[in-house]
Order: sequence, then structure tokens, then C-alpha cells
Amino acid sequence: MPDREHTSKHYEQQLRVLKEKLLLMSHKAEQMISDSIKALVDRRPTLAEEVIDRDDEIDKLEIEIDDLCYEILALEQPVARDLRFIATALKIVKDIERIGDIAVNIAERAQELIQEPELKRLVDLPIMADAAQKILKESLDAFVNSDAEAAEKVISNDNIVDDLYEQIFRELLTYMLEDTRSISRAIKLIFIAKHLERVGDHSANIAEMVIFLVRGQDIRHGTRLDRGR
Amino acid sequence: MPDSVKINVSHANFFYGSNQALHDISVKIRSRYVTALIGPSGCGKSTFLRSLNRMNDLIPGARLQGKVELDGQDIYSDNMDVIHLRRRVGMIFQRSNPFPMSIFDNVAYGVRVNGLAKKRFQLDEIVEKTLTAAALWEEVKDRLHRSAMALSGGQQQRLCIARALAVEPEVLLMDEPASALDPISTAKIEELIYNLKRNYTIVVVTHNMQQAARISDETGFFLSGRLVEFSETKRIFTAPANRETEDYITGRFG
Repeated sequence: MPDREHTSKHYEQQLRVLKEKLLLMSHKAEQMISDSIKALVDRRPTLAEEVIDRDDEIDKLEIEIDDLCYEILALEQPVARDLRFIATALKIVKDIERIGDIAVNIAERAQELIQEPELKRLVDLPIMADAAQKILKESLDAFVNSDAEAAEKVISNDNIVDDLYEQIFRELLTYMLEDTRSISRAIKLIFIAKHLERVGDHSANIAEMVIFLVRGQDIRHGTRLDRGR
Repeated sequence: MPDSVKINVSHANFFYGSNQALHDISVKIRSRYVTALIGPSGCGKSTFLRSLNRMNDLIPGARLQGKVELDGQDIYSDNMDVIHLRRRVGMIFQRSNPFPMSIFDNVAYGVRVNGLAKKRFQLDEIVEKTLTAAALWEEVKDRLHRSAMALSGGQQQRLCIARALAVEPEVLLMDEPASALDPISTAKIEELIYNLKRNYTIVVVTHNMQQAARISDETGFFLSGRLVEFSETKRIFTAPANRETEDYITGRFG
């Protein structure tokens, strides 16, 4: 059943603008993660630079989205589904903003790594980057489509990214043990893997909020307890 | 006793002549809860409210099928004393309607008619106690014998609440008790309702959904004579179970 529109067209329009801003912001964050990894793998310092510059756009959108949420809360006093949408927007905007920061961190490590010889051919890291980007995209799609089942899938897939991090960490550890000159570069790569693992965590947070948005049910921290009246 | 059922309505159908205004309403109204009834005009919420103390009896052709029990006693049974019922289940209306007499006499009226005070000092006590309970005492204690008609709208409404409280009811029915008042008077009435639930069971009909959200423990949503959803107020306003409820409270009308 398609959503019925609000009788107040102005209110309907404000909610639509909020959703569009969130979509734009999440699209930008997704693109930044993708480009930061590309900059590292293809050794493109200018692309890394671009990613770092684009963070301002994300920050600007975060503030706009916050402002719009406060405005809607104050002026429209949303309840039920609308209230859950605003609460979701206020929470996931923070996750998306952090994903932008993570892309900047990856780009900065990439800039440093590009200036040194390659430690090894990167195989697992691009695989992990793909996995992290996939669940990020899926969590955002779940939000766009208000799809709680897709969101559940994201949450269960987060451990794929966690496992890949473990694997990369162990591999890079062996490099460091074999050759101390590799330590600096290996640690930077571990940082990048850790950043990607955080992208997975933020995606899972977004997915949890989507379930709250759709079902009105808080599943965070593995709890379904009724926390009292 | 919190959580116990004060009014139990089961399979109530209500008719104005051949026109059915309520369809198969079953609901338990809990003791010392504030229960809010919301829904668009003509949805049956006021009819329902008025059926709880048989105010509808006065309308020719009005009749109820099904059961309305107050503390387990069927209020529509033949041996129910309607006057006594309305003392136990008082009513506050949208427009405050003080009697054209003094503030004191307004509150004392029901007490005198029912012979509830043996002595003058007892009457004084009841008037002070109920005006205090209605959060009006401080404002009127120095002019108890002046006309009630000189009070502001908000004060008049609190006076009507005091008048209802004076005969020691168990349940208070309120039909849009604050809709004709300014925000300050409304806030005072809402605060009063919140405090009164310590001692009374309160059922409020309101068009103001934010008011229902603020003051009630449980909320019922009526639509076209049906009780669509009845649940904890917190639940109704954050995650209602029914789509029609959600569309109504979020402002998706028609």
C-alpha cells in the first residue's frame, strides 16, 4: 500500500526535502569511501586530495539536516511514523557524517602510502572495501525503501567485514614480523582495514534504525527487553 | 488499586433511532488512569463518553445494546439508580456552565441537593477541599460569595470541575474540557487532570491530539463508530499498530 500523503502539503514537502538531503548526503559518503580506496589501490594522490576536500559538503549537509529536523520537531510536532522518521534522520545523519570522516582518514593514509614503495600487492583490502561498501549501500537502500528485511540482512552480513578485518590484520602482522622496515606501512594498511570495519559498524547502525523506523521496534545492543513504562 | 478495571464495556452498539452510532465497542477503562478518546468529528467518541453515565438517556430514541459495567455492575440494568450513577460518574463539558450564583454556592449545590453535609462547617470544608483539588482555591478564597459568572473562562472550567468533585464521584468524564481555553488555562486544566488521577478515573474526549498525548495513560482511536485501536498512549503516539490510527494522528486525512 503506498503511503498516504499528509493533508498539510507544506509538512509533506518538508519531510520530502529532509529525505532528499539524507539521500544526497549518503550518496556523497558512499562515493567518498569508494574513491578513497581507489586512490589507494591505483595510487592516485589527486583523487585522495579530492576526497579530503569533499568532506566539507558532508559536514554542511549534516548541519542542514539537523536544522531541518529541529524545525519539523518544533513546528509540526510529528508523531508515530513521522516521529520515528525524524528520530532516524537525526541518528543516521551522524553515522553518515562519520563515514565521510572515515573516507578522509583512508585518503590521508593513502596519500602517505603512495609516497612509499608498495609493501605488497593489495588483494584482500579491495575485497574488504567492496564488502564494506556493499553493506553500506544496502543499509542506505534499506533506508530509502523503508525495507526492514533488507536491514536485517545488513546486520547479519556485518560479520563478513569483521572477519575480513581479522584476516588482513593477521596477514600484515606476519609482514611486520618478517621485516621491521615494513612496520610503518603495514600499520597504515591495518588502520585502513580498521576504518573499513567501522564503515560496516555504521552501516549496521543505520540498518538498526531502519528497523526502528519501519517496525517501531528497538533492536539495538541485542536487546528486545521492554525497558519498563 | 491501579491497573484494576473500573469500567468494562463489552460489545456495545449504540443507536439514535435507526442510526447506529457505535459498533461493537469493547474496552476496559482502568481505575485511576486517564483515558483519552480521539477521532474525527462524528466518529462516536462523545456518544461513547456519554453512554458511560447514561447521559444519552435524555435523547429520544437513543438506546444501547451490550454491556457497560461500573465496578462489575451493569449500569443499564433496570435496578440502576441513574441519579446515583451520575453522582458516581460525573461529567465536565466543553463550555463551562457555572450556575448563576456565587462561587461557594456552585460548589455547594450538589452537596446540598444530595444532603452530603450535615453541618455548615462540613459544607465549608467540602468547598475548600474541592476548590483546592481543582486548583482554584488560592485564586478565589477571598471572594467565595461573589458571582461565579465573573470568573475567567479557565477559572469557570475549574469551578465546574470542583462542582463535579464536591459530590465525591469515582469517575470523571470530560468532553473537550479545554478546547475553549487559552494555552495558560489549558495547561492548568491539563495539570489538574494529571493530578486528579491519583484519586479518580478520568475519561477525556479531545480533538487536540497533543493534549491526549500529554495527559493520558491510554488512548482509544474512534473512526466511523468503531474503536479502531486502544492502547497505551506512549505506544499510540510512537508506534501505533493500526494504519488508520497512524494516518489520523500523523495528519494524513482523507
